[in-house]
Amino acid sequence: MTYAQPIKTAFVETLITLGDDHLILGHRLSEWCGHAPMLEEDLSLPNMALDLLGQANNLYSYAAELEGEGRSEDDIAFLRNARQYRNLLLVERPNGDFAHTVLRQLYFAAAMQPFWQATLNCSDERLNGFAGKAVKELATHIRHCGEWVIRLGDGTDESAQRMRKAVEELHIYTDELFQPNAAMRICVEAGLIADPAAQRDIWNTTIATIFKDAFLQVPEIAFPQQGGREGLHTEALGHLLSELQYMQRTYPGMTW
Amino acid sequence: MYSQGLIGSGSENEESEAFLARFQARIDAEEKIEPNDAMPLAYRKTLIRQIGQHAHSEIVGMLPEGNWITRAPTLRRKMALLAKVQDEGGHGLYLYSAAETLGVSREEMTEELLSGRAKYSSIFNYPTPTWADIGMIGWLVDGAAIMNQVPLCRCSFGPYARAMVRVCREESFHQRQGYEIVMTLAEGTDEQKEMAQDSLNRWWWPALMMFGPHDADSSNSDQSMLWKIKRFTNDELRQKFVDATVPQAEKIGLKIPDPDLKWNPEKNDGAGGYDFGALDWDEFWRVVKGGGPMNRDRIAARKAAWENGRWVREAALAHAAKREERAATAKVAAE
Ligand SMILES: [Fe+2]
Ligand SMILES: [Fe+2]
Repeated sequence: MTYAQPIKTAFVETLITLGDDHLILGHRLSEWCGHAPMLEEDLSLPNMALDLLGQANNLYSYAAELEGEGRSEDDIAFLRNARQYRNLLLVERPNGDFAHTVLRQLYFAAAMQPFWQATLNCSDERLNGFAGKAVKELATHIRHCGEWVIRLGDGTDESAQRMRKAVEELHIYTDELFQPNAAMRICVEAGLIADPAAQRDIWNTTIATIFKDAFLQVPEIAFPQQGGREGLHTEALGHLLSELQYMQRTYPGMTW
Repeated sequence: MYSQGLIGSGSENEESEAFLARFQARIDAEEKIEPNDAMPLAYRKTLIRQIGQHAHSEIVGMLPEGNWITRAPTLRRKMALLAKVQDEGGHGLYLYSAAETLGVSREEMTEELLSGRAKYSSIFNYPTPTWADIGMIGWLVDGAAIMNQVPLCRCSFGPYARAMVRVCREESFHQRQGYEIVMTLAEGTDEQKEMAQDSLNRWWWPALMMFGPHDADSSNSDQSMLWKIKRFTNDELRQKFVDATVPQAEKIGLKIPDPDLKWNPEKNDGAGGYDFGALDWDEFWRVVKGGGPMNRDRIAARKAAWENGRWVREAALAHAAKREERAATAKVAAE
C-alpha cells in the first residue's frame, strides 16, 4: 500500500507508537527471565515478552518501509531519545513484584486485544496481518494474567494485600490506554486503525469480571496520569533505554 | 554379598546378588529401566544426583546469558536470546520431571541447590562481561553440552534418555546460533574481532573443564559406565570436543588460546586429532568448591528468586484449596 501525506506521516508515527508499547512492555517482561517465582513463570513471562517483541519488530519494520528514509527497525527501536518514544506510561513502569507485573500485563492486554480485534476491520492488509496474530496472543495474556490476578487476590492475606497495592499504584495509568495521540486520531479517521477510545467499555467489563473473582475494587482515580503518547515519560524510561540502547550507543553503526 | 536398602517402588526390598545380576543383565541387553521397575538403590541415587545436577545447571545457566537479554544489540538477537534462555528453563523443567519419577520433589532438589549441597556445572560461575560471551556460550558451552548429552539419549534410564532427545535438538540449534553470533563479530570491525577473541580466551579452558576431571581422577565414572548411564569417559568426550571445535575457530580466524595445541595424525587410532595443553585443575577445583568469580552471585540470584517468589507459590496453593472447599460446599448445598 502507498499513502499520501499527511496520512503517511501519521501512519508511520502510529506504527512506531504501537511498536513502542510492545517493545517497552516486552523489555520489562524480559527482565524477569531467570528470576520468576516459579519455573513455569520463567517460561510464561518470556513467552509473553516474545509475543510483544515480535509485534514490535513487525510494526517497526513496516514503519521503516513506509517511511522509506533508510531507517531500519533497529534504528527505530534503539536510536531515539526518551522524548521521542510514544509508549504508554503504564508499560514503562518498573516490574515491582509479581502482582504488579501480572496486573500491568492484564491492563494492557485487555485494552489491546479488542483494539486489534476491531483493527481487523480496517483497510491496511499488512496491519491486519499483525492484528490477527496479536488478537490470539493477547487473549492468552489476558487469560494467564487474569488467572494470576484472581489467584493472588483470592490467595493468602499477603497476596491479597500485594494485589490491592498493585491496583492502587497502577490503575492511575490506565486512562491513557484510551487516549490516542494526534497521529493515531488521523489514522482512526482514515480507517487505518480502530479507535483506542472505543475499547474502554470492553476493557471495563473484562477488568470488572476478573476483579470480582479476585475480591478487588476498581478504584476512583482523582489524578489520572498520561503523557507517554506525547513523549512525556516518567523517570523510569530513561534508565530502561540506557540498558536497551547500550550496544547500539556504545558501538555505533556496527553489524551484530 | 548383601547390601540392605530400599529399592523404592519395586517389590524387592533387599539387593540380593541374584537381583543385582538380573538388573545388570537388563542393562546389558540395552533394556530401558523405567521408574516403576526395581533398581538398586545406588543406581537410583546416582541418577537422582546426576539428573538433579543437570537440571540445576540448566536453571543456573539461565543467569549468565540472561544478563544480556535487556542489552542485546538488535531486535532479532534479543528475541533469539530470550527464546534460548527460555529453552534452558524448559530443559530444567523436563529434567526435574525426570528426576521426580525417582521419588524426589522439585522443591527438595531446589533446597539442595540453594543450600549448596547439590552442584551445578561450574562453567556458569564465570561472568559474561561482553556481548561476545553470548555467542561464546552458545558455541562452546552448548557445544560441549551436546557432546555430553548426545550419548545420554541412550542412557539406560528411560525418562532421562527421552528428556535428552528433546533437549539435544534444541542444544544443537543453540550451538549454531552461538557460532553465528561469534562469526558475525569475527567478520566485523577490529573492535568486534577483539571482543570475540577476548571472549574465546576467557571461555576456552573453562569449556574444556566442563567434561570433568581426567578419567583417572573421576570417582563415579566406572560404575556409571557399567550401568550405561555414561557411554564415554570424560577424556574421550573432551577430545571429541577439541577435535570438532578447533576447525570451527580456524574457519572464522580466531585463535585457540593454547600454545601446545597441535595436530597429531596418530591420534584417535590413526584418524588424527589434536594434542592440547594441560588444564589448570587447581582452577577447576577452586571453582567447583565455590571459589569461582560468580559462584556467590549465582546462588544469591537463585535464592532471591525462590524467596521473593514464596508468597506467590503460597497464594497459588491457598487459592486452589479455597476453590476446592467452595466446590465441596456448593455440592453439599445442592444435595
Ligand atoms: Fe540446555
Ligand atoms: Fe542450550
